[in-house]
Amino acid sequence: MKAAPFAYARPARLAEALAELARSDGGGKVISGGQSLVPVLAMRLARPDVLVDINGIAELGRIERSGGFAEIGATVRQRAVERDPVSREVPLLGMALPWVGHRELRSRGTVCGSLAHADPAAELPAVACCLDASLTVTGQDGARQVAARDFFAGAMMTALGPGDVLTSVRFPLAGPGDGYGFAEIARRHGDFALAGVAVHVNAEGREPSAVLTGFGISDRPVTRSVGAELAEALDSGDLEAALRSRLADVVEDMVDTEGDVHASRDYRRRLFGVLASRELAKAYTRTRGRDADDHE
Amino acid sequence: MTRTTARIEDPALLTGRGRFLDDLDPFAGTLTAAIVRSPHPHARIRGVDLSRARRHPGVAAVVGPEEVAAELKPFPLAVKTPMPYYPTAVDKARFVGEPVAIVVAADRYAAEDAAELVHIDYEPLPPVVEIDDALAPDAPLLHDTAESNVATDRTFTFGDVDEVFARADRVVVGEYDFPRYSSTPMECYSVVAEWQDEADGPAIEAWANFHGPFSMVAVLAGAFGLPASRIRLRIPADNGGSFGIKAGIYPYVALLALASKHAGRPVRWTEDRVEHLLGSSAGSDRRMRFEAAVSADGRVRGLRADLIDNVGGYLRPPEPSTLYRCFGNITGAYRIDAVSIRSRAVVTNKTPTGLNRGFGGQQLYFGLERLMDEVALRCDLDPGELRRRNFVRGTDFPYATPTGGIYDSGDYHAALDLLLKNADYQALRQDQARARERGEYLGIGLATIVDPSATNIGYVGLATPAEQRAKGRGKSGSTEHVRISVDPNGLVSVLLGTVPQGQGHATVAQQVVADALGLPREQVRPVVEMDTATTPWTISSGSYSSRFAPLLTSALVEASERLAETIRIAGATLLGADAAAVELAEGSVRLRDEPARSVPFRHAAGVVHWDPGSLPPGVPARLYEEAAFTPPESKAPSRTDQINSSLCYGFVAELAVVRIDVETREVRLEQVFTVHDAGTILDPVLLEGQVHGALAHALGGALYEEMRYSEAGQPTATFMDYLCPTSAETTYALDSDHLETPSPLTKLGAKGCGEGSCMSLPVAIANAVADALRPEGVEITSLPLHGNVVHQLLERSALTTERKN
Repeated sequence: MKAAPFAYARPARLAEALAELARSDGGGKVISGGQSLVPVLAMRLARPDVLVDINGIAELGRIERSGGFAEIGATVRQRAVERDPVSREVPLLGMALPWVGHRELRSRGTVCGSLAHADPAAELPAVACCLDASLTVTGQDGARQVAARDFFAGAMMTALGPGDVLTSVRFPLAGPGDGYGFAEIARRHGDFALAGVAVHVNAEGREPSAVLTGFGISDRPVTRSVGAELAEALDSGDLEAALRSRLADVVEDMVDTEGDVHASRDYRRRLFGVLASRELAKAYTRTRGRDADDHE
Repeated sequence: MTRTTARIEDPALLTGRGRFLDDLDPFAGTLTAAIVRSPHPHARIRGVDLSRARRHPGVAAVVGPEEVAAELKPFPLAVKTPMPYYPTAVDKARFVGEPVAIVVAADRYAAEDAAELVHIDYEPLPPVVEIDDALAPDAPLLHDTAESNVATDRTFTFGDVDEVFARADRVVVGEYDFPRYSSTPMECYSVVAEWQDEADGPAIEAWANFHGPFSMVAVLAGAFGLPASRIRLRIPADNGGSFGIKAGIYPYVALLALASKHAGRPVRWTEDRVEHLLGSSAGSDRRMRFEAAVSADGRVRGLRADLIDNVGGYLRPPEPSTLYRCFGNITGAYRIDAVSIRSRAVVTNKTPTGLNRGFGGQQLYFGLERLMDEVALRCDLDPGELRRRNFVRGTDFPYATPTGGIYDSGDYHAALDLLLKNADYQALRQDQARARERGEYLGIGLATIVDPSATNIGYVGLATPAEQRAKGRGKSGSTEHVRISVDPNGLVSVLLGTVPQGQGHATVAQQVVADALGLPREQVRPVVEMDTATTPWTISSGSYSSRFAPLLTSALVEASERLAETIRIAGATLLGADAAAVELAEGSVRLRDEPARSVPFRHAAGVVHWDPGSLPPGVPARLYEEAAFTPPESKAPSRTDQINSSLCYGFVAELAVVRIDVETREVRLEQVFTVHDAGTILDPVLLEGQVHGALAHALGGALYEEMRYSEAGQPTATFMDYLCPTSAETTYALDSDHLETPSPLTKLGAKGCGEGSCMSLPVAIANAVADALRPEGVEITSLPLHGNVVHQLLERSALTTERKN
């Protein structure tokens, strides 16, 4: 478990990093937290010619707020976000982060790194999709915005080109009438999810809006608008049970992964159905300014 | 005894001053090796090209199948079946991860770079993965020299089994599969070896984090055709855990020694995690069938057991020990007079197996204790009551089992009573009844097991039919060795031959010797480094099968008693008293009837060192004593194939409470109650630590861990798929209690205790899951159990019910 030989660059400016990547002609790899990349390097499953370390680029290490959004830079550690007020201003981030690996891993791993890695069972890509986050992708030709729901192209595949750096991600701050839910089931605490859900409900208007994102159930996060199902279920006494039956078709459709040794597709459907209805009910309750636990 | 102290091992470990092999640099100029491994489960080696690797900058040597075959003999096996085993593949690769070549270079990076240049021309062959595949009539042969994939097949009958079954009121049958899992110690294998060409022939000095059994030193020597003493094996004081798994390191010692011979320099190899998961060792997976002949009152009168172990690509010594380690206690805690056993081991394209904490017991008791629950169900008896009716009784000890075991002491009824009282069993059953009314799955599982310790390695002989076992060449032994000495300042050094793997042997040894010599603990200094050239040892030495507490402490007492006699004589000389009138206490030699008249222990020791002329005539100035505790009860197998396979037999009664989420079907271990009887307790804190560790290990096997192989023979190779429980998974409420029925066979009455719950908790959990799901008509016959498995079982059961309606 020793990496194959590679060159190493640690530029101080983003332009230099982009130039390094361009020079490498597809053989470059960006590293920040390294929590996924380093093991893969050690097992020689990835063999980049040059490793471009972006940790020396000061502008990528910031959390900023403007116009109802929070923007998290490429080298910001997951643990830093967890401890920052932003984890309350974007409540779904605060709910999801404790599920990401273990604290030790989060103290090195970055939010943007998790997005760029695009593991289909990872938490943060689902949060980004659920909140319709916007990702800033910077290449030789400048920066462009990519919607999270367009960013993930398959297992470990994204819209990033070989010369691109994911420089930041922008999440909307929570506003009036917003409620959120997040949960996952894994074999052990800290493992990638067998099935997980991120939920955003807004109950300000006459009809509630609801977004359900699933992860661990397909080759990428899967997002559906389920406001109609929520509205239909609201009249029943047991919201969760009503959602369970009304979401059954959506769940069936969303879970399309092949099974593995930890969970068959059928079992993942069951888990996802339970979590989706449970968290949607909680999120709705939270929009009423109550703690979800009162609901039970 | 039985006082609570901090472990003397801990300060160094907690402040980063542990001395693990990778921290040590025993030889100047040591090079580093990387090992090339087979990506195929089963493939013929058609050609080998090492030339590019040999030309790579920084490479000192590359050794492959041809060199291994030419310069080594196959390791001597425990049976005569022609399935030759070398440290690398020679003719064929037989498991994914099997070493095929070793590259020696200046550093590990260069070695791994060159390892990629080793070219092996493989002809892939159809893989044989599971036991059924190996036994199929048209199965591909793993070893062309053998007639089949069955490495050993023996049948034993004790008592009139057929008659007992014919008379039985009912026969209860169970078929079970036990999975393959491991221990994944924090520190993986590590070896540094130097080939030494000396005037009188070659010799090897090797450092390894091996811990025994030292019978493997003889196996290692056999590969080189060298006398065992020409291999000097050194083992550092600190070992980052093994739980048996590191017993499988010796083939690498051979490979590294050969690599050193070719490189002309000492060579180091440190196993990485992927290598460890792929190629080190694991407990064997077992298929088993049990039949119980039961009388109307629930008494089990006869037992038939058909055991088939999957030992992987080779019958690597000490296999087939998994089949025989529990031979003397194969009837468990029960009075069963008639038993027949068929013991088979098959080779497949999986990694070779070996010792794993609980060795042979977790497999055996998974079958036996699941069966006892089935018997209880069929007899409409509570599982506790069924066991009580069948237990060996307190008045039966020493109790001779039909297979040759002699249970030394115990009180199984008292232990079970204590367990059920601690658990408030009736209240638990009421909770369960209420939970069932609410439609919840709550299960209570029992296991009551005999916990063998101080193994008698002679059991391996049973794999060979009695008529083929040469007379006068039997194998036996539960011996452990110590050497105690006193320096001129009265400081006592204790050299242990047990080679601890992190259990805290030094802490207990210090206390035992301090007590025996009437000294404060600080005046006793244990040394646990092993050097086969200077530490006393014999074939059965080592840290395995729970030998320290019963055997090594007995040797400590024997050696201390002899040393004490010399100190008493020296002290009495100083006091002008009769040696028979003095005692050792509080760091002094003093008159028993007049304690105020005393001399310090160190003065008495000083006299022996400085002024031996003052000792009474005929008293040698001997301040070093060795002891080899040699219990006569550990004998070679009898001509009738009986063996007392362990010296001591402890007991564990355990109860698991499991809840299964009705919606998500996740399995959660909520509570564990356990009662251990390990004889006299030597150190309650260390004992408790062993219980906690064994439970966590067992939890892994029951709910999380499994060395799975695809149908194509590709194994689980990373911690992404091999799931060890962490602190977050071990949050069950634990109530651990103890009974003490001292062993009459050990000096302090102590028995082993580190493995018990590894044998009992897996099946206690399985019994609890079966109990929880009983209303759904689900049968539990295998592990691991987790949401996905429970989901499948419930869906299948629902389908069956639908079809019936």
